[in-house]
Amino acid sequence: MSRFSVENIRNFSIIAHVDHGKSTLADRLLELTGTIDKTKNNKQVLDKLQVERERGITVKAQTASLFYNWEGKQYLLNLIDTPGHVDFSYEVSRSLSACQGVLLVVDANEGIQAQTVANFFLAFEAQLSVIPVINKIDLKNADPESVEKQIEKVFDIPGDECIKISAKLGTNVERVLQAVIERIPPPKVHRINPLRALVFDSTFDQYRGVIANVALFDGVVSKGDKIVSAHTKKIHEVNEVGVLNPNEQPAHKLYAGQVGYLIAGMKDVTEAQIGDTLYLHKQPVEPLPGFKSAKPMVFAGMYPIDQSEYNNLKSAIEKLTINDSSVTVHRDSSLALGAGWRLGFLGLLHMEVFNQRLEQEYNASVILTTPTVPYKAVLSSAKLIKDYREKEITIINPAQFPEKSKVTEYLEPVVLGTIITPDEYTGKVMMLCQARRAVQKNMIFIDQNRVMLKYIFPLNEIVVDFYDSLKSLSSGYASFDYEDAGYQTAELVKMDILLNGNIVEELVTIVHKESASRGGTERGRQRIRSRLQALSCQPRAQCGAETCELQDHDLSQSWKLNRLRHPGAPRDKAHSVGKAICERLKDSLPRQLFEIAIQAAIGSKIIARETVKAYRKNVLAKCYGGDITRKMKLLKRQAEGKKKLRKVGNIEVPRDAFIKVLKTQSDK
Amino acid sequence: MRSCLVTEAQTLLGLSGVRRVDSVFFGGGTPSLASPNTVAAVLEAVDQAAHLPADSEVTLEANPTSAPGSRLAAFGAAGINRLSIGLQSLDDKELQLLGRTHSASDALQTLAEARRLFPGRVSVDLMLGLPAQKSGPWLRQLQELLGYCDDHISLYQLTLERGTALFTQVQRGTLPAPDPEVAAEMYQEGRALLREAGFRQYEVSNFARNGALSTHNWTYWQCGQYLGVGPGAHGRFVPQGAGGHTREARIQTLEPDNWMKEVTLFGHGTRKHVPLGELELLEEVLAMGLRTDVGITHQHWQRFASQLSLWDVFGSSQEVKALLVQGLLLLDHRGLRCSWEGLAVLDSLLLTLLPRLQEAWLQRAPSPGQGG
Repeated sequence: MSRFSVENIRNFSIIAHVDHGKSTLADRLLELTGTIDKTKNNKQVLDKLQVERERGITVKAQTASLFYNWEGKQYLLNLIDTPGHVDFSYEVSRSLSACQGVLLVVDANEGIQAQTVANFFLAFEAQLSVIPVINKIDLKNADPESVEKQIEKVFDIPGDECIKISAKLGTNVERVLQAVIERIPPPKVHRINPLRALVFDSTFDQYRGVIANVALFDGVVSKGDKIVSAHTKKIHEVNEVGVLNPNEQPAHKLYAGQVGYLIAGMKDVTEAQIGDTLYLHKQPVEPLPGFKSAKPMVFAGMYPIDQSEYNNLKSAIEKLTINDSSVTVHRDSSLALGAGWRLGFLGLLHMEVFNQRLEQEYNASVILTTPTVPYKAVLSSAKLIKDYREKEITIINPAQFPEKSKVTEYLEPVVLGTIITPDEYTGKVMMLCQARRAVQKNMIFIDQNRVMLKYIFPLNEIVVDFYDSLKSLSSGYASFDYEDAGYQTAELVKMDILLNGNIVEELVTIVHKESASRGGTERGRQRIRSRLQALSCQPRAQCGAETCELQDHDLSQSWKLNRLRHPGAPRDKAHSVGKAICERLKDSLPRQLFEIAIQAAIGSKIIARETVKAYRKNVLAKCYGGDITRKMKLLKRQAEGKKKLRKVGNIEVPRDAFIKVLKTQSDK
Repeated sequence: MRSCLVTEAQTLLGLSGVRRVDSVFFGGGTPSLASPNTVAAVLEAVDQAAHLPADSEVTLEANPTSAPGSRLAAFGAAGINRLSIGLQSLDDKELQLLGRTHSASDALQTLAEARRLFPGRVSVDLMLGLPAQKSGPWLRQLQELLGYCDDHISLYQLTLERGTALFTQVQRGTLPAPDPEVAAEMYQEGRALLREAGFRQYEVSNFARNGALSTHNWTYWQCGQYLGVGPGAHGRFVPQGAGGHTREARIQTLEPDNWMKEVTLFGHGTRKHVPLGELELLEEVLAMGLRTDVGITHQHWQRFASQLSLWDVFGSSQEVKALLVQGLLLLDHRGLRCSWEGLAVLDSLLLTLLPRLQEAWLQRAPSPGQGG
């Protein structure tokens, strides 16, 4: 490996929106460089998980070292494949920090999508060279020229820098490799300095322990070296180093500028966290910037469908998390659902993928409760501060929500969302965003008929069904992506669900006091309409020449005014959430011998109510000699079932009712 | 068929060791299609094998026909002394919906003829809770029926049985599903109307005045012994004639051909006989007894559970107490019974009472020789 001088090394990633052809391009590059054989079976070689191939996303970063001869020189091109979704944006950013350039793949038919934008900015912020690649030019409806213009417009990259290819057919793929060599600089590294290696991914192997994927910024590492993690300060002895092609291939040494793997007797992926820096024992170096521990943004309860499956599920979760240190696991139990866990995920897709992997790889079926986000509370009560030993606490479980009198303010996580949509749907999209308490940051036409909108969203407004709503109102054309944008103050309240006055602990929910009607107020609609009219007054061509940025302050201003004028705005958030829970409970609570009042309450104020009427008649009409056996059997079975019901006060609540209320509602 | 019925009746009576039969009920399917001679032959056999007193209740289930007169008289001559008419509705459209071949006028004619032949011993039944049926018109039907009926009425809520035409229609959506709320209202209003008309609701679905209760059905609810004769018939008795001491639940073979073969070969076509445990019997005593207005008297309970009184079982239970407080159930010096409101929701009450009985049974001081 030492034969490659740093000048002949290139480290790059491919970034793209889902389905724009990232993995197919990777397959072609691997074939072209002889890394893998050219067969028909090379379909998304780097996507190793079943979920990845099925959903067309990359969950785990994969890496391959390619050898390529060009103009008489042999080059080592390290392709660092990134996770394909911003849920994993931290991992993406770590992968990118091991690179000097990226291939930004855009579908010639679909054009720039929200994720393209998010990925571009990650690369841009990391100051990487960006090579735009317009893929799928073989498609009938491909319009590479228009996409070229979009790229000019949105990313400020001259159109002639775009490489137009068909990864599927292999058209122009060779040009991509050459561009990597020409346009991406070699890594700035020093072999003579002491070792400084970035961990950009890690996996767990049952037999060999943790396999850390590393990029060497300085120095050399070989078998037998003692290395230290800058994060854990633990010392490990290196057992094996090597390159990935894409399977592990042992080597004697890894040199600065190279990318490869390292095995050093680590027994847990938390010992080689993504973003960590490794250095030689007794030769400490300045750690590489940007390390963060994974921070879960979405929490959900996970319970076995049947308690007898608890242990199986437990071991399945353990096996999966051993490879994914970004999932946090806390034991939890619910009176209704039994013993389970509260899991923290990086985002919604991460959660879905985890759940799907449980089902596919471990054959475990689970109850997943509606996801919640980590709220924060700044405490004012001296006693609570003492109890928690900190002033600002994160609330993961609604049951631990501190009351208003003990709190200076509540905070909620927000994200910066990017939406790209054909402009015919702009009105509807804006309406949807408004209903989700989003604040518009800007809006530009990226070409003749497509609009890019940026909004600050409260995270909890998008965790459940935002994406589905967006897709359905835009006939599938709008795309959405988001990135973490910190916390903002929020008016949060705890909502109790009562059955005949008794609180149902497992249904306590944190909701927003803020009013934001789902359908939008009439005034809000008018405002959107007039803004759209104002926009459409401008000739498109002119609009294309410069971005029609809209400052958000006038929007939020009128928004506040609107609020002042309508203090008790119709159907606020708490109402609609409360009503929905009450309705779902009503549908799933069996009638009993007395009337059941189902109420949603904030403090002592009832905000929604449903009633389950008492049984007026429940008795078998005909019961003579021939009916007794059957009737007794039925009664006993019912009585047996009744024993398993959870009692709230004197009301029997079947487990199903809780599941229906708590479960993620995907069938909206 | 006739000789098989006779044979099986004789065999089972012998097996039971019963010496006197208080009631006979020809029911299930369409027994009025059988000939009066068959009825006479069976009754003759019963009287021979055991004693059938002259005042025993002998009921025939009959469907209305257009010319009922002579045939009913022939059944009377064969020994029938009580008639239960499957009238079901006084609305021709509803009768059609129910798949009945008779008309409302057939029904009234049959009823009039029956009353002439068996005065004071005729029962009619009326269906409620049909698809799209409204409470008001149904109550008017009941009112009309009160003008024609004798001293016994049964009110039945329709249950959609899989495999019937009605079930299919509801399934396909060509008919609306019956609304349980409306059915509940009909039931409540109907029983109130009958009470005003001087009828005693002596069981969940059965109403009688002038003491015209059905002795035969009463036996079921009191967990008396009964033999089931004929294809698919159910019985519950102690086979004392064969030296048995345990009450058995018995079912005869359902398919007529097989049943006949078995009767010819073995004298009876019992397909299944399951001994009932003591607790199981008590559960039946509870579930059946509470269907009646008198409920379960202490005396009655003692006949089945000498070691465990009603007070022992239900006296200290908080859940039962809640039902008493709610006024759905009564437990007093007479025994345990449903209130007027409670009777309508008995199946819900039993879901509290049955587990309580099981619990008390398991906790009782075990007495020697008693099994669970």
